[in-house]
Amino acid sequence: MEAAAGGGCGSGPPLLLSEGEQQCYSELFARCVGAAGGGPGSGPPEAARTVPGTVTAAAGPVADLFRASQLPAETLHQITELCGAKRVGYFGPTQFYIALKLIAAAQSGLPVRIESIKCELPLPRFMMSKTDAEIRFGNPAELHGTKVQIPYLITEKNTFKRMDDEDKQQETQSPTMSPLASPPSSPPHYQRVPLSHGYSKLRSSTEQMHPAPYEARQPLVQPEGPSSGAPGAKPPRHKASLIRSFSVEREPHDNSSNYPDEPWRITEEQREYYVNQFRSLQPDPSSFISGSVAKNFFTKSKLSIPELSYIWELSDADCDGALTLPEFCAAFHLIVARKNGYPLPEGLPPTLQPEYLQAAFPKPKRECTLFDSYSESMPANQQPRDLNRMEKLSIKDTADFPVPTQDVTSDDKQEQNKTRLALKSTADEALPKDMSEDPATSKDSNSLKARPRSRSYSSTSIEEAMKRGEDPPTPPPRPQKTHSRASSLDLNKVFQPSVPATKSGLLPPPPALPPRPCPSQISHHNVNSERSAHPKPPTQLPNYGDFRLQKQSEQVSEAEIHPQLNRAPSQVAESSPTKKDIPHSQPPSKPIRRKFRPENSATESQEPPSTVGGPVSAASGKPHAAVQKQSSKQKKAIQTAIRKNKEANAVLARLNSELQQQLKEVHQERIALENQLEQLRPVTVL
Amino acid sequence: MVHTSLDVVDEKISAMGKALVDQRELYLGLLYPTEDYKVYGYVTNSKVKFVMVVDSSNTALRDNEIRSMFRKLHNSYTDVMCNPFYNPGDRIHSRAFDSMVTSMMIQVC
Repeated sequence: MEAAAGGGCGSGPPLLLSEGEQQCYSELFARCVGAAGGGPGSGPPEAARTVPGTVTAAAGPVADLFRASQLPAETLHQITELCGAKRVGYFGPTQFYIALKLIAAAQSGLPVRIESIKCELPLPRFMMSKTDAEIRFGNPAELHGTKVQIPYLITEKNTFKRMDDEDKQQETQSPTMSPLASPPSSPPHYQRVPLSHGYSKLRSSTEQMHPAPYEARQPLVQPEGPSSGAPGAKPPRHKASLIRSFSVEREPHDNSSNYPDEPWRITEEQREYYVNQFRSLQPDPSSFISGSVAKNFFTKSKLSIPELSYIWELSDADCDGALTLPEFCAAFHLIVARKNGYPLPEGLPPTLQPEYLQAAFPKPKRECTLFDSYSESMPANQQPRDLNRMEKLSIKDTADFPVPTQDVTSDDKQEQNKTRLALKSTADEALPKDMSEDPATSKDSNSLKARPRSRSYSSTSIEEAMKRGEDPPTPPPRPQKTHSRASSLDLNKVFQPSVPATKSGLLPPPPALPPRPCPSQISHHNVNSERSAHPKPPTQLPNYGDFRLQKQSEQVSEAEIHPQLNRAPSQVAESSPTKKDIPHSQPPSKPIRRKFRPENSATESQEPPSTVGGPVSAASGKPHAAVQKQSSKQKKAIQTAIRKNKEANAVLARLNSELQQQLKEVHQERIALENQLEQLRPVTVL
Repeated sequence: MVHTSLDVVDEKISAMGKALVDQRELYLGLLYPTEDYKVYGYVTNSKVKFVMVVDSSNTALRDNEIRSMFRKLHNSYTDVMCNPFYNPGDRIHSRAFDSMVTSMMIQVC
């Protein structure tokens, strides 16, 4: 019994610490001191006795630790006053130990008084990140690492139980999800797999570019953690470890002070991500997302409805059924945290409240490149400790997000491009602002190292995505052999309607005028092309192009085209496909330069369904003659012919798909029949 | 008990055809011989009914208090409804709502 310790502190009451408590407290104290910037190890109480105040724990980590005890703020204030820190102005070992004792008392339900600490108390419980040191908390009886894991899990359960009742279903998972200890390591890992799937859908449906910045954040965030934690900076190990599964990695990493409320701080990268997600739902960042939109979006995160309901309740501060940008960021952050295993807080943490978020991250207005701003913001990077957890969160997110990058469709890629540009702008806007607001920390060196790496990560992934995204839109810029003169015009006209359809940010915005005559022309030619399931004169052939998307969008806008389109494909579908192979040669992604081949094949494929073409050929002859007459209108003719070809292509593509479906059905029927046959055969044999 | 009171509420609603905007209904009529309790009814504009059952042993409940309680209840309920994840008809799990209700009840008791 360290009665001497009590005797040594003249300013406070005699403090009776058991050996276990002594050990715990000294460790805690050491961590607080160490976290502040490197102090001596476990300052023995003797030192405190002799020279009170030589070893002081910085107020920051101590405050975080106290907050980790999950006691209300008033209680913590009381404790701080009682332990004498306020009086002496610092947290010496004695004050610290007294405070810890008071925390234990408060958690046990005793009033915060000096008298209460005189009796035997359980150790104070701290909802902190899961380190070996923390394992020792929460269990008065046992301090051994392995044994305490279970009691810690129990306390985890307790803390979980304090949450929503509806989280009961999560309780069974929560011990496994708690990033503690080796036993639960596999379940959280497993858990994260479905999470990644859920998020993959989320990401792929919205923006695929974000995995790139998240990859950037991953290495970014890692070194910032240890740098902020100060003791034992292990950036490389953290990088490698954090990419892997959840629980195992967090323990070594969390040796630096990580406190539970820090995960509720949003890092810059996360902020950018959230802002971009917000924009994907609601283009105006100053407006809000309606409840149903947000509901659909958050439902994709695969959290249970009660949890989502609870998160909404927390984040929608004004209860208006809509989420403003800070509310949305808070909600998103809570979801992310929850998915990564953090229990949901009882109340909205102060760092997630809308006012705080609005103040900390004002809405971006400026534009610059994403990575340049990263370098700028490096020295001004954020809060010290909060990144530790956030790093992990974002790392997990990034681990999830890169997964779906492979599952990108062409449309998504185009969206990516656009959103990536948006991401850049918003990210840059946010970051410089953060620079001005946040003080520079000692993480500069680490973050400097991190940023270039992050750039490489994100740049490579973005490049990949860019390339993928470029594949569909590249066709237009390629020169067309026969229409070199008119090609530019054609492209502009062609892609103006295709831009809204594909949402490609790469294509230059076409002039406004050209498209206006297009629809009329197109409608005219749609009519022709619809009827023209027939072989056209060779002059018309070269104008076939891959404008299926455009055509579709145009058709949607043109009511008259619609019935015709429906007619033509249905008619075509009815006729038995004799040349399925030909439509195969017209895949949608093929560029325009394949016009010739598809043109020829289109004409050929149009021959079989020429039943419709018969009466149409006469009609089509008229526009051809009219076009051919005027050489000055050759461009127009070419353009119109191009559109015709496009439409025909679209029709044929549809035909192709329909025929393929029919083929599949027929195959299936055949298989079924064969199976039946086989079943019947042995019967007959017998 | 509550179901019978609901029937009475429906009667009252159908009875007051013109005064549908009237939000408050106070009726102390459901005093059964064996169970002395009072049932208060409250209907919102969206026909959502709140039924409050109070022990008659608690004598100090005035009309105004009941009304204020119902008003608070209504406000909390609208906050709950704002949550897009909440399906009307589900049991309300909102923590704020629960805390408000319990605080109200504690205050009364």
